[in-house]
Amino acid sequence: MDILVSIKPVLAMAVSLAAAFLILITGESARNLRETWTILAAVIKFLIVASMLPQILDNKVIEYTLVSIAPGLLIKFRVDALGIFFGLTASFLWIITSFYSIGYVRSSNEHAQTRYFMCFSIALSATMGVAFSANMFTTFLFYEIITLCTFPLVGHKGTQEALKGAKRYLTYLLGTSVAFQLLAVILTYHTAGTLDFSNHGIMSAARDRGASDAFLTVIFVLYMAGITKAAMMPFHSWLPAAMVAPTPVSALLHAVAVVKTGVFVVVKIVLHIFGIDLLRQLGLGTALAYFSSFTIIVASVIALKQDNLKRRLAYSTVSQLSYVILGVALLTPSGITGSIMHIVIHAFGKITLFFTAGAIYIASHKTEISQLDGIGKKMPFTMAAFTVGALSMIGLPPFGGFISKWYIAIGSIEARELPIILVIATSTILNACYFLPVVYAAFFKEPKPAHTHSHGSDAYQSPVTHHPSIHEAPAMMVVPLIVTAIGVVALFFSPSRFLELAKIVVSSVTGGN
Amino acid sequence: MNIQAQAPVLIIIIPLLASLINILIGTWRRDLCYPFALIVLGSCLLLAFNIMDTVINTGTIHYRIGGWAPPWGIEYVIDHLNAFIAVIVTSMSFIVSVYSRRSIEKELRASKIPYFYTLYILLTTGLLGITVTGDVFNIYVFLEITSLAGYALIAIGDEKAPMASFNYVVMGTIGACFYLLGVGYLYIMTGSLNIADLQRLLPDLYGSTVILVAFAFFLIGVSIKIAFFPLHTWLPDAYTHAPSAVSAVVASTMTKVGAYVMIRITFTVFEPRFSSEIIPMTSILGWSSVLAIISGSVLALAQTDFKRTLSYILIAEVGYIVIGLSVGNRAGFTGSVLHILNDAFMVACLFMVAGAVVYKKGSRNIDAFTGLNKRMPFTMAAFGIAAISMIGVPPTAGFFSKWYLVLGTIEAGQWVFASALLFSSLINAVIFVRILEKVYFNGENVSIPQSRDEVPLSMLFPVIFMGAGILVLGLYSGDIISSVIQHTVPKGF
Repeated sequence: MDILVSIKPVLAMAVSLAAAFLILITGESARNLRETWTILAAVIKFLIVASMLPQILDNKVIEYTLVSIAPGLLIKFRVDALGIFFGLTASFLWIITSFYSIGYVRSSNEHAQTRYFMCFSIALSATMGVAFSANMFTTFLFYEIITLCTFPLVGHKGTQEALKGAKRYLTYLLGTSVAFQLLAVILTYHTAGTLDFSNHGIMSAARDRGASDAFLTVIFVLYMAGITKAAMMPFHSWLPAAMVAPTPVSALLHAVAVVKTGVFVVVKIVLHIFGIDLLRQLGLGTALAYFSSFTIIVASVIALKQDNLKRRLAYSTVSQLSYVILGVALLTPSGITGSIMHIVIHAFGKITLFFTAGAIYIASHKTEISQLDGIGKKMPFTMAAFTVGALSMIGLPPFGGFISKWYIAIGSIEARELPIILVIATSTILNACYFLPVVYAAFFKEPKPAHTHSHGSDAYQSPVTHHPSIHEAPAMMVVPLIVTAIGVVALFFSPSRFLELAKIVVSSVTGGN
Repeated sequence: MNIQAQAPVLIIIIPLLASLINILIGTWRRDLCYPFALIVLGSCLLLAFNIMDTVINTGTIHYRIGGWAPPWGIEYVIDHLNAFIAVIVTSMSFIVSVYSRRSIEKELRASKIPYFYTLYILLTTGLLGITVTGDVFNIYVFLEITSLAGYALIAIGDEKAPMASFNYVVMGTIGACFYLLGVGYLYIMTGSLNIADLQRLLPDLYGSTVILVAFAFFLIGVSIKIAFFPLHTWLPDAYTHAPSAVSAVVASTMTKVGAYVMIRITFTVFEPRFSSEIIPMTSILGWSSVLAIISGSVLALAQTDFKRTLSYILIAEVGYIVIGLSVGNRAGFTGSVLHILNDAFMVACLFMVAGAVVYKKGSRNIDAFTGLNKRMPFTMAAFGIAAISMIGVPPTAGFFSKWYLVLGTIEAGQWVFASALLFSSLINAVIFVRILEKVYFNGENVSIPQSRDEVPLSMLFPVIFMGAGILVLGLYSGDIISSVIQHTVPKGF
């Protein structure tokens, strides 16, 4: 594997950091200029990331050391297939979310828009930092920055409820990472003498050097407890609480950047810190697989009970994130492929669903599923996109979700863990149970009388059964959600580019066996 | 006269004389005290950097006062550790003195200002004296100069300050007595007070009970001075009720210099093998540190007064420093020494922020922070950085010292120690998140129009400097370790 030295990963990270600064000094007085910075940074970031793709597909790795702080503590970037996979997903979806965000905050007249766009930009910088980090220190650094700069976004509304949610968000994410993840990182350094990711896992030789199985298990458990962004139970409750955030934040951060950072880091730890051989010897892969299966099922069951659309989506996310963990925990080629594919496929699907939730809120101020009867007729494009996202979550062809579930299912056969197939089947049924009623209600039920919702103007209070005022949200919001919905379908028909990347990841971590 | 050669003594003589001259200036023109203090402390800072430079380039400095050879005469010995501490002391005292003018004007009666600066310079003199001398009795003398200046500075605070200061006087004097008894016992046994001389003479006497008692007295004395749990009881009151500028300077320097004395006694005067093998002193220190860290953090969580919160956090931070010393390995020691520097910056920054809030809102209560992000964006940005550093998030300085401390405890196999450090991070996260949330979010609900209303530049600049310093120090941790700290690690670690 050739190593190229290039500053591109740093630029990909830094471009939105620069944008954050420009956003701050431009401020509220020139909002069109301010939004231009966001869009510009998003596009440039995506182009930089995309420009690295040919080399990666060529089986090369791009590295760059930014600062060497102390022995073992280097801020170093390394773009490999897995990293660029995540980088491409996040940076592409940022472009779309940026347009959607602008539509959303302007339609709803949000306050503190400068802070909003600034924090968003920093969050994306840090996400690229995680995607392209070469060692666990750099990962930890950017992981924490994501937590800190998304905190103002979660609490954006400033209401008591928003503050409560934001506090829980920060307590879970920051608390577990400084207590458990940091300890795990230090133990890793103590045991392996390095924090640089390697294809066979830096801990792979630890056993020969006398580290006991119990000790390694403790480190692994600390990692899993410390990476709360992956929302594995019992550390999941920050995610539903974070739904108080404005919807574009939920869409990009809590379907893509933040939570995917979590599972991405889990994948990194499984593949590059411990390595699949060591985990197999320790039997931790299987343990993790069953642990995540528990989350998959339980979160789906909880999702069934939620009437608030965003909360239902949040529990769905909790469940779907564990698919990624489940896939990689199987430690087989197909399982890993499915896991990695699920990162991008779930991202597209879930961002579509969140976009529609936001569009519904902006167009009608409805947040509960029980209020959505008949809304499909008023907002056909939005609800069509919702249907696409929902079907992809369930895992039906011809939607992307089918691909990743397929690979994970094959992975479970390869790993001879047949109960896992049962888990996938159960979860599919549960997914159908909590998504299809929404689709059914939207398209086939008659709207309920108007008194069910609180934002009553005179027109609403009159006993008219139709809401003439409800129509599609602004184009700035509807177009992005159509684009992501198309993406969900496109991922089913031509997943080859992403599969190719996944194949490189698989061959690099299983190579030499 | 070659200034470079005389720097070790000039750094004491200049502020010592200046503190006397300052009173005269004060009786003539009160407003000249501030610029005069700045000049004096500024020149001390330059001298400290000069000394540091000499030490890095040419090694340990030995300076004989009046040309008298040790062990008869007093010798100033400055190695990497001394120079490092001297730079910290002078930096903190200079930066806080810049900050002090407006803060003091607000909090003190004008007639007290000349005394304030006199005592302030005297405090710095004492602290510097401790760091440059190579003589255990001389350390005692300077320790008392420092403490006396400290008692007086704290006593000029608010209405409860005299009582708090009196407590401190009692405890501090007991501490000084213990220390002095330790010195006396060593002198009885060896006939020497010179550190290098003691280092040579003591190993033959390690079996002696008197030496053991002396060692114990030293540790108890120093532990009181650095407010090491459970001898910390004087600190919260004293640091809460002192004027803000005083809290900032004493919190960031006195405990640090005390920690330096502890390092000197346990690892230079006595050999590391005495402190860790012949008697299990280090494990006693380690377990006390665990208690210090846990109880300091938990008590900090229970406070509503911001300065009191900081005081308890400081008690936990002292535990951090001692825990790194107690594990007896390179990583732990590195973490401790690095934390002396980082903690000085963090604590000074936070106490100055507290002073800035007192300046604008007239309250030390945590609720006074509500909605300050609009009114005082720069102060609050610095506060945010210091808070994050206290929690231990990279790339702030606090992360790196914590990294080495935890690594040190793990290498020593002390899991409880490591857990205590991380537990404290967690509590700090809760404490500071609670405040940051008030700063950045509750402002939206406050109906009063929020226009920018920052503290005066002379207060704002030091705060920002500290905040930025925490980030810069973090990024340069490796360089600081390789150029200074690694030379301070005792042999055998």
